[in-house]
Amino acid sequence: MALDDIYKEVILDHYKSPRNKRELPGAELQCHANNPLCGDEITVFAHVEGGSIAEVTFQGAGCSISQSSASMMTEAVTGSSIEDARSLATGFRGMMAGEVEPDEETFGDLVALKGVVQYPIRIKCAVLAWDVLQDALDGAGEASGAQAHTV
Amino acid sequence: MTDDRMGGLDVEAIRRDFPILERRVGEHPLVYLDSAATSHKPNQVIDAEADFYRLHNANAHRGIHMLGEEATQAYEGGRATVARFLGAPEPETIVFTRGVTESLNLVAFGWGRTHLREGDEILLSDMEHHSNIVPWQMTAAATGATLRYIPLTDDGLLDLSQLGSLLTERTKIVSVTGMSNALGTITPLRQLADAAHAVGAMIAVDAAQLAPHSPIDVVALDVDLLGFTGHKMLGPTASGGLYGRREVLESMEPMLGGGEMIHEVFHDHSTYKSAPFTFEAGTMPIAQQVGLAAAIDYLESLGMANVRAHEEEITGYALDRLLDAGATVFGPKDASIRGGAVSFWFKDVHPHDLATILNEEGVAIRAGHHCAQLVMRRYGVPATARASFYVYNTRAEVDALVDALDRAQAIFS
Repeated sequence: MALDDIYKEVILDHYKSPRNKRELPGAELQCHANNPLCGDEITVFAHVEGGSIAEVTFQGAGCSISQSSASMMTEAVTGSSIEDARSLATGFRGMMAGEVEPDEETFGDLVALKGVVQYPIRIKCAVLAWDVLQDALDGAGEASGAQAHTV
Repeated sequence: MTDDRMGGLDVEAIRRDFPILERRVGEHPLVYLDSAATSHKPNQVIDAEADFYRLHNANAHRGIHMLGEEATQAYEGGRATVARFLGAPEPETIVFTRGVTESLNLVAFGWGRTHLREGDEILLSDMEHHSNIVPWQMTAAATGATLRYIPLTDDGLLDLSQLGSLLTERTKIVSVTGMSNALGTITPLRQLADAAHAVGAMIAVDAAQLAPHSPIDVVALDVDLLGFTGHKMLGPTASGGLYGRREVLESMEPMLGGGEMIHEVFHDHSTYKSAPFTFEAGTMPIAQQVGLAAAIDYLESLGMANVRAHEEEITGYALDRLLDAGATVFGPKDASIRGGAVSFWFKDVHPHDLATILNEEGVAIRAGHHCAQLVMRRYGVPATARASFYVYNTRAEVDALVDALDRAQAIFS
């Protein structure tokens, strides 16, 4: 049934028990965005060391899709290089556009969000956290992360 | 079925006039509970608009030929129909606009920019739709006037306890909704009009939700300006208008310049027609306003008192069932003081998830901030789910909504 494609157990698990959902004091990168359609909001905090994302956390409020996507994202990019995180973000967007067949190894739990593609209006929910991460990473090239909008 | 007559409406007969209600969502019949966003259209309106194009199409007020004459008559006949519907004294007090957003922008621009200056105050309320906030912010920025807001009670009513300090001789205009799209609340317009006039202020009304659901008499309410939207009252999109007292309209500047709003054009200046025509630059949505007149004829054939009685009955039923099911309802719980837009939160299911799950059961509701972020902030929620009712909705559809909530609970429990 279609609803099972979107409300998979792994999504509901991340929604009910989000990973890395906390502020990150002293984070070099911090970005915030909301989805004006529904009021979902996400702030991503990242601590970068030597070109890699040492730690990433989020805060936010919203629907199961936006919040589980953020939770999965923090797990997926922790410890990866900024370059790999960017390419995962691009891949995730591609999956949500129905253009990229996700590779289970790289995507991990994120594969579960593939079903959202059937619900076009919800794709924005799934992508929100990734937009914020990309904004944050766009600031990572700068020494101080000055391009990132702080909250 | 007990649904056959509700509040004086034969709902099953009404439903036969709305072809879209025969649509199905997968295996389920469509249960459309989003009329506060836009209503569906009966055949009578669809036919009126199509017949205009099939039989009478021409530009209004321009062609010196048979079709031009017919088009002008249909368009101006619509103005008379709207005036009658709102209790306006004469058709010339009705400006056609593309809906209440344009109407309120016209008031904020055309009246506000010529009448407001630094030190003046504009009084709004915390339950306004963004279309009754943003145009005033623009006007405040341009004129130096200040915005003030009537706060809300925990029950979703206007908190008028501080009205004496909010509404003063500095207040030049009060602009408020007649019925909240986010809370359903019906506001005490006559009381607000009297209070505004007592300090020499004007009152403008956003009747986007009120006009479809309740009889309106602009003279009895003693309001100066009132905007409404056609597509929320069975009419076509891009139909709607602004009622204004003649003296008020005559004191306003046009927002758009162009064809048909002028008397004479010279190199360095132009002279304008009088209201309402000075506010109708360019080719208007003629077929749509003709469709709106058909929508009003349809509503009047039902009787606006019956429309309101049906709404009160179905809203009362929905409130009872939603509260019994464990939903938190935002706004008044008493159907006699509210309209049929019911905002709620069901258990801990986010409204967006709820809307997706309900759609799977054929039930169409709205989820989001309903263009009323001040309301969301006031009640500490990012969004609500909103079911809204109109003349074609039945108790059985409320039951379908409540039954579908069980599915959401099963997924998220």
